[in-house]
Amino acid sequence: MGPRIALVDYGAGNLRSVAKALERSGMEPVVTGDPAVVRAADGVLLPGVGAFRDAVNALTKAGLVDVIREVTDHGRPYLGICFGLQLLFEEGEEHGVTPGLGILGGRVTRFPETDEHGEPLVVPHIGWNEVRYAGDHPMLESLPERDVYYFVHSYRPVPTDPSIIVGRADYGGEFTAAVARDNVFAVQFHPEKSQSAGKRLLDAYRVWLEQS
Amino acid sequence: MPLLKRIIPCLDVDKGRVVKGVKYVDHVDAGDPVEVAKRYDAQEADEITFLDITASHEERGILLDVVARTAESVFMPLCVGGGVRSLQDIRDLLNAGADKVSIMTAAINNPDLVDEAAAKIGSANLVVAIDAKQVSEPGETPRWEVFTHGGRKATGIDAVEWAARVAEAGAGEILLTSMDRDGTKSGYDLAMLRAVADRITIPVIASGGGGSAADLARALSDGPEGGHCQAALAASIFHFKETTVGEVKAELLAAGIPVRAPAAARG
Repeated sequence: MGPRIALVDYGAGNLRSVAKALERSGMEPVVTGDPAVVRAADGVLLPGVGAFRDAVNALTKAGLVDVIREVTDHGRPYLGICFGLQLLFEEGEEHGVTPGLGILGGRVTRFPETDEHGEPLVVPHIGWNEVRYAGDHPMLESLPERDVYYFVHSYRPVPTDPSIIVGRADYGGEFTAAVARDNVFAVQFHPEKSQSAGKRLLDAYRVWLEQS
Repeated sequence: MPLLKRIIPCLDVDKGRVVKGVKYVDHVDAGDPVEVAKRYDAQEADEITFLDITASHEERGILLDVVARTAESVFMPLCVGGGVRSLQDIRDLLNAGADKVSIMTAAINNPDLVDEAAAKIGSANLVVAIDAKQVSEPGETPRWEVFTHGGRKATGIDAVEWAARVAEAGAGEILLTSMDRDGTKSGYDLAMLRAVADRITIPVIASGGGGSAADLARALSDGPEGGHCQAALAASIFHFKETTVGEVKAELLAAGIPVRAPAAARG
């Protein structure tokens, strides 16, 4: 079997799609809410659906905040998807301002009301959009320079430190679609729903795990 | 690159089987929604929608099983609608593996359900479906009314105002079906699509009447005569004709509509 991935289950949705996508890319998903299992895995994946506040509350209630903080600070390669990216920041403003883990500087804010031409912007941002990669991270060595992924969200991260931004997309102006720092790589889109492009990203994650 | 417009095949599902007959000559079980969904995944459809038309709510378990098996078999977004009555029904579908759930009659009977569901599950996963018919006479300012029960029951609600109201309440998307055009392959009701899409700032999915790639192009066009929609739903053109999502997309690209290029064209 390939690398064992702790697929963090905090009771906020269906994890089967992500598990199947990991298997397709040669990894062994272990769906778990047990901090010990998370610590022992070769990699940690935090997926997510739902509103920021509810997801943070669910993670807290499940007693998983400390282990996520520990893993993202100095653990095995961490892959965050959607909420798994957003919670790394200092706070989110969905349904009232809620603190995140604050591992990365910045906030998670709603898309603007209008685009760069002053026209009303349709929100949520739902559908396929192109991400351009640039920066220095092991994941980028096995990813194409650009790829098209499926997004479904109304809020997106605004990092204070631009050096962590490794993926950019355009919607009402440029926004951050992927961030990376050391053992953390996190994306706003859904690789598990992004057909062949999603597979390329999860293949890159496996390569990174094998090199780490 | 702009956000790309979406092409969404829709399957009507009755007691766990695809109805309206899907013709795939080389396929072992054309009636199994999971198999059909896999075919559309391979064609790189942008999403897939299941519309459950099972009359009895007691047979809900069959649909949940189909959704679960589909979610395990495809790597694309899955929207499920039909017979969704409550927040619990929405949760059951999401837990089974649906990415988005669409509600229609339940939202009309209980408008608070839209607010409640948006708060609990997030707007992005909540679609409100609207079936509408034109009720104005020729020469009058066009008006469309919301209908239920497959277009048989009038509600007295104006479709454009209803779309605005549910968008305000937290719907993430509108699935707008013209009951005048549904099943006719005579083209989408562009005036209705445009009236709704221009009134609200959430995505609108065009439905009802799509009979060709040119019809889809018109529904997705942002031009003065276009439908101004972010996505187009179609059933019969993919199910019955020898066309694929990739072929339709190639025609859309040629018509200047930004869609995700078929894999073959991307190289």
